[in-house]
Amino acid sequence: MCDRPSVGAGNGDPMTTSGVIQELTATGLEESPKAEQAERRRKQRGGRRPSFTMFLVIVPFLVLIFLFSYFPLYGWIYSLYDYKPALGLQGSEFVGLQWFQLLVGSPTQVAQIGQVLLNTLAISFLGIATSVLPLAFAIFLNEVKAPWFRGAVQTLTTLPNFISWVLVYMIAFSLFSSTGLVNGVLSDMGLITVPVKFLDSDENVWITMTLWSVWKGLGWGAIIYLAAISGIDRELYEAAEIDGAGRFQRMWYITVPQLMPTYIVLLLLSVANLLNNGMEQYYVFQNAFNKEHIQVLDLYVYNIGMTGNNLSMATAIGMLKSLISVALLFTVNGIAKRVRGQSIV
Amino acid sequence: MTTTTSTTALTAVNPTQQPRTPAPRRTPGSIAFTMLNALVFVLLAFVCAYPFYYLIINSVSANDLAALGEVRWFPQGFHLSNYEQVFQLNGLPMAAIVTVARTVIGTAATVLASAFLGFMFTQERMWARQFWYRFTIITMYFSAGLIPVFIVMKNLGLTNNFWVYVLPFIVQPFFIILVKTYVESMPASLQEAAEVDGANIVQIFFRIYLPNMTPILATVAIFSGVAQWNSFQDTLIYITDQSLYTLQYLLYMFINQANSLAQAMANSGGNVGAIVDAATSQTPTSIRMTISVIVVLPIIFIYPLFQRFFVKGIMLGAVKG
Repeated sequence: MCDRPSVGAGNGDPMTTSGVIQELTATGLEESPKAEQAERRRKQRGGRRPSFTMFLVIVPFLVLIFLFSYFPLYGWIYSLYDYKPALGLQGSEFVGLQWFQLLVGSPTQVAQIGQVLLNTLAISFLGIATSVLPLAFAIFLNEVKAPWFRGAVQTLTTLPNFISWVLVYMIAFSLFSSTGLVNGVLSDMGLITVPVKFLDSDENVWITMTLWSVWKGLGWGAIIYLAAISGIDRELYEAAEIDGAGRFQRMWYITVPQLMPTYIVLLLLSVANLLNNGMEQYYVFQNAFNKEHIQVLDLYVYNIGMTGNNLSMATAIGMLKSLISVALLFTVNGIAKRVRGQSIV
Repeated sequence: MTTTTSTTALTAVNPTQQPRTPAPRRTPGSIAFTMLNALVFVLLAFVCAYPFYYLIINSVSANDLAALGEVRWFPQGFHLSNYEQVFQLNGLPMAAIVTVARTVIGTAATVLASAFLGFMFTQERMWARQFWYRFTIITMYFSAGLIPVFIVMKNLGLTNNFWVYVLPFIVQPFFIILVKTYVESMPASLQEAAEVDGANIVQIFFRIYLPNMTPILATVAIFSGVAQWNSFQDTLIYITDQSLYTLQYLLYMFINQANSLAQAMANSGGNVGAIVDAATSQTPTSIRMTISVIVVLPIIFIYPLFQRFFVKGIMLGAVKG
């Protein structure tokens, strides 16, 4: 009955794993087959005359979209100026491609941006490497048979997803600062005499950042796979059992392959987001000690633009980042289209 | 990526549903695996939940013990004066008001706009519907970048302005897709009947569709509410006026800058200094933990409620189909 994990389960088609993915990824640029069915129904709805009034009532919202999403694109022009807010664009000096040349020409700048890119890619790849963890979480949690236990585990492990990075940092601070819990426990056990500097250190920054992301996102990330598992045809398992497949064989030869399409889609999306780590996590965790290895692109743009006041340089880097991200998205989408016959955006 | 994370919630599994795989045979190996498996999940759940518990017990424990990280399993020297004290901190009551206001106003605006646009984009008759729909949705996939957006906000007079917490969040493509999908699953006869009665499109939306969209709107409301409550970055970028600081931002400042906390404590008047009892005198650690608990408690309380709501929403969707 209700175990079809569908959003607007209105069309009565059986929810298979691919159905879940479709719900997950059919984000409207190309309307899904479901939308086609709805289209047919809508054809019966109302007349064929185009209604201008219907357009007018949404204009205020379109204006908001224009202002906050499209209009800022004009700001890319700042990357061609030495923009000083006090002078305005008119008063600022036009410098052409100076910032872009600096980006690839100046040795200090190249070294800096190289480190930033390295951080960005390292943290992104660690994120991709750990993306199997939610998958494993779901598969093993599915082996737990007591519903109350599954429910409790899901509730508790999903909670960190709903708190802000500031609070995650507060938790990190309470547990791992020099007077925090972990150092207290370690010294009580006689393992250390001097507090370990977990936070004020430049060592293993990429790994600790990844671990915090895993802590925050593991339970939440598993939900999509649990939904997909509940959509797997039970007969597959029954048939396998009749054929003598054991518990692990059923997990490995049925559950895992059935979840692969979902996993691949999420993997492709994370590849498309290779440069977009966001800045919040890294901003709250950054300090004078770990700055070199924590600065990812998004944070770097903030640091040089808002803190360092070089708005033009920050715009130039942000613009390159946006263009590369869009290109990555198209590439990944093209691959998905060719391989799966279905686009992911 | 918000796109994917939000959808997953909609498809959240009913935790109480029957397991789909047949029960394993009870071999010793199988039993050992079951035990080990359960143990790993107990550990994972502990790792996720204990930090919250740690903050809570420390906020009600003797402050000198809390500052040393000595309170680990149970509150020691139980007292609630931290909670009285933090609201006398300079700036905290205002931050609480701002945070609640942005959460309530921002969420209401987002929910209404998502409902309306999601509904309107199902209207085949709308002039250039397909074009405007794509115009809206495609904004999920690109961004002009931090600085150009900042300059636009500045030019619009939205820096140091409460509405920067609301206006940019009103139109959210992903929520619009959710609502649109939901409306498409509702019977078209609803609208036809109202049209026969002579209702216009706005009336049809408010009287017929809006009241029937509750499950999907609850989902939108929860995500948007949590995002508003947790938002930190917009204060950091657009706000310098202290009267517009949010709780998250204040907490960040108190964690990272010992000075700002000391100042806020000094400015809070004689109250802090007046307490002589060593166990209850304020320390930065206990103040920070108490604020953290205030910031996280609403989430902890609301969360189990909305987890159930998803299950309900899924069932409603299924029945409607």
